[in-house]
Amino acid sequence: MNHHLILAGPAAETTRLLAFWVLAILAVSAALGLVLARKAVHCALFLAVVMLSLAVMYVMLGAPFLAFVQVIVYTGAVLMLFLFVLMIVGISAADSIIETIRGQRFWAIVGGAAFAVLLSLVVAHATIGSAAPASAQFGNANLTDLAHLIFTKYVFPFELTSALLITAALGAMVLAHRERTGPKPTQRDLARQRIASGRPAPLPGPGTYAQHNAADMPALLPDGTHARESVSAVLTGGATAAGPDAVDRTEPGALPAAPAGAGQEAGEQW
Amino acid sequence: MTVSVLHATGIQNAAWLLLAFPLAGAAILLLGGKRTNSWGHLVGVAMPLCAFVYGVIAYFAMLGYPAAHRARELTIYQFIDVGRFQIPMGLRLDQLSICFVLLITGVGSLIHIFAVGYMSHDPERRRFFGYMNLFLAAMLLLVLANNYLGLYAGWEGVGLASYLLIGFWQYKPAAAVAAKKAFIANRVGDVGLSLAIMLMFAQFGSVTFTGVDSKIGSASHGVVLAIGLLLLLGACGKSAQVPLQSWLLDAMEGPTPVSALIHAATMVTAGVYLIVRSAPIFDLSTGAQLAVAIVGAVTLLFGAIIGCAKDDIKKALAGSTMSQIGYMMLAAGLGPAGYVLAIAHLLAHGFFKAGMFLGAGSVKHEMDDEVDMRRFGGLARVMPITTVTFGLGFLAIIGIPPFSGFFTKDPIIDAAFARGGTSGALLGTAALIGAGITAFYMTRVMFMTFAGERRWDDKVHPHEAPPIMTGPMIVLAIGSVGAGAFLYINNRLLDFLGPLLLGSPAANGAVFSDWSWATLALVLVGIAIAWALYGRREVPVTAPAGNPITVAARKDLYGDAINEGLLMRPGQWLTRLSVYFDNRGVDGLVNTLAAAFGGTSGRMRKLQTGFVRSYALSMLVGAVLFVGVLLLVRL
Amino acid sequence: MVSPTHFIAVAVLLFVIGAVGVLVRRNAIVVFMCVELMLNACNLAFVTFARMHNALDGQVIAFFVMVVAAAEVVVGLAILTSIFRARRSASVDDASLMKY
Repeated sequence: MNHHLILAGPAAETTRLLAFWVLAILAVSAALGLVLARKAVHCALFLAVVMLSLAVMYVMLGAPFLAFVQVIVYTGAVLMLFLFVLMIVGISAADSIIETIRGQRFWAIVGGAAFAVLLSLVVAHATIGSAAPASAQFGNANLTDLAHLIFTKYVFPFELTSALLITAALGAMVLAHRERTGPKPTQRDLARQRIASGRPAPLPGPGTYAQHNAADMPALLPDGTHARESVSAVLTGGATAAGPDAVDRTEPGALPAAPAGAGQEAGEQW
Repeated sequence: MTVSVLHATGIQNAAWLLLAFPLAGAAILLLGGKRTNSWGHLVGVAMPLCAFVYGVIAYFAMLGYPAAHRARELTIYQFIDVGRFQIPMGLRLDQLSICFVLLITGVGSLIHIFAVGYMSHDPERRRFFGYMNLFLAAMLLLVLANNYLGLYAGWEGVGLASYLLIGFWQYKPAAAVAAKKAFIANRVGDVGLSLAIMLMFAQFGSVTFTGVDSKIGSASHGVVLAIGLLLLLGACGKSAQVPLQSWLLDAMEGPTPVSALIHAATMVTAGVYLIVRSAPIFDLSTGAQLAVAIVGAVTLLFGAIIGCAKDDIKKALAGSTMSQIGYMMLAAGLGPAGYVLAIAHLLAHGFFKAGMFLGAGSVKHEMDDEVDMRRFGGLARVMPITTVTFGLGFLAIIGIPPFSGFFTKDPIIDAAFARGGTSGALLGTAALIGAGITAFYMTRVMFMTFAGERRWDDKVHPHEAPPIMTGPMIVLAIGSVGAGAFLYINNRLLDFLGPLLLGSPAANGAVFSDWSWATLALVLVGIAIAWALYGRREVPVTAPAGNPITVAARKDLYGDAINEGLLMRPGQWLTRLSVYFDNRGVDGLVNTLAAAFGGTSGRMRKLQTGFVRSYALSMLVGAVLFVGVLLLVRL
Repeated sequence: MVSPTHFIAVAVLLFVIGAVGVLVRRNAIVVFMCVELMLNACNLAFVTFARMHNALDGQVIAFFVMVVAAAEVVVGLAILTSIFRARRSASVDDASLMKY
């Protein structure tokens, strides 16, 4: 089996072309979606699409190691971190469409367009030759050659970035830390609170219906109304992961409506 | 003509003492302050006397030298030593300067003694003597300096002293204004003198008398004329000649000893000294000489007419001073024929004018500081000595033989007519008429003050002045009587000054020439008219309205009005325009600039919206511009 | 024929879209995500250049960019949470104390 680059050879040309165009369109549309989506979670998902398509592009460009790092670290860790923080902050914090700063949108688009034009001019003027013939360092030997480079020529930046990572981790711990103002409630205190709150039993779980089954479907009470406690307040936007009273000031989301027929059905079943 | 100037020898080497004595006096009195109040006046009198003693010694030493070698110089130090600009500061003792030294220190000492009595009631007497000594030092520097720059230093010094002394009673607004006026009018003249000095240096590279004398022949006519006219301007300022005459009458605000010393005998004669000292320059420019003579002639009539209408005794005498100096200028403008005559009249004038001023001071002192002659009358009975000394001066000034004025003024008239041509005739006629008018107004003063019925009320009790005041007056009266004859007869002054100023000394004419008969006749006519108006008739206590000429003369022949209209008002408009321009233009420019900055920054700060996104937008725009510029450069 | 120019073009487009997104969105986390988009575009460019010059240096740089981006996201989101705790708002426009 030829362990060289699987995308070498004339037959791979059309494949390459097709792959590129698909990926390019995908990436650009996802980027546009990222900028234009209203809900923050949708933005995060669009970003995931961009990153993944970029990863495949890296493979095309002869950087398989980087592609895997992109998927595992960038998409898998960094983006997930984004999602976690979104939960903390509040997923219902939807941006209103109305722009408050006069002329911001217009000038942003103009500036962006101008920048794109200029960069294209730069690129057009630069002498960009064709891709170098595929050498082993872009294929099987990619990992070893990269490692060779990192640990000889770029060892100093490598050390610096590792120090940076440690500092970043420590910094995050320090910044996100919350001081406990009172003593940590022991299990005894928690139990006492639970009994005293008037609801010793655990909260009900979300509803399960024929057509809908999600963590954000509310359960039905015997009299047919929704049980608010059955859906985590984080998901409805009535609260955030930071705490029940940490409500974002933008419009609170409403409970997603239970399916129309669910009430009858549930009522009958019950 | 160039005179050989030798180095000073013997006792003349100490000539700097002439400056040192009065300067020391001034220093002690002005720097010592109130501590010296009790004995200050004694120092103030002693210093001029010491200087006079030395002057006499130096004079006799000079007489010991042969006539051709009497000009001596001694150098005190190098004043300026900068490249080509070398000015030594030295003193020149020659016949001309020794005459002035004797006049200044002699008459000056007498006036200082008079002032001890006159200013005895004034608490600031010590400061007065300090200023007077300062004046003496500056005046002596003026006449003794051996270069024009040293002369100028003395010139400025006497101007300063005059300012300080006219405005001695600073609390009187009139005195302060008069002092300012005198200083400013002098300043205009000083511009002329300084320009002349600069021109001399530019042309000849030297400002010493010997240097200029030796090189003046090489200069062009225009330059010599210019220097002469500029020197004349300077002389006009200091000697109160037309057109810079307006300050002299106002200067009478100062104490009477000041008027006697500075504004009669010495400072105002400095202009004449300048002209005579610059004889080599004027001898080469007939135009400048004619200008000097015309100025003199115009002023002698001017001063005489003004003197006719003044009721203030001091102002009448000031008009007379202006007129007599006009005579001296006229004589100096006649060239070698007139230099000695000018100096003779100057020396005689020093005696009789100072004497008359001291007399007026004595009268004023006794009449409770009243100076309006309409309130005098009949003072001869109560102040006999004053009357006699004043009368002798009066006889001298109007030119009655054998008193001084006859021997000094009539030769000037003669010399004017002897000049010939239309200029000579006109100048001589003016001098002649001036003599008649002089007789008229001086007789008027005599009659109004000393003769007739008393017009003063019972509040004043005039009696004769104390001996300390009458003593100097008597000495000066002796000079009024004999000085003229002394100088004229046997060609004494002519022989003395001749080797210095004239090429070949000519003998003086006969004593009684044709013109002197005409002069005498006019003088008697003037006396007669004055007697008819003031001696025979009652003198009204309030001044009558008078004809237009009288009104004009009372207003100093509109001298002040002309100055105001011609110079002061345009100057005021100019300053107002400048102020306006400064306020609107310059300040406006500056304020507009500031406002522009303020306004711009006020608008620019609206860019700071506080929103991160707008800042990010500006970053993007900046990046776009940057890349654009880079692209442009590389294209 | 896919030349590196195409990839560069894609990178430019992504970068510009990310830049405009930073300017237009108000939610701080979305702004952050747009910054990540810009960084990704840069990475793509670097990798393309590496391929162009036939040297792996570009990929090494892209690798480091990823590392630094990760660290940056960590710290940035930590800051964001603490701000959110203090102010109860995730809007970027609320931090406008520098207003004139």
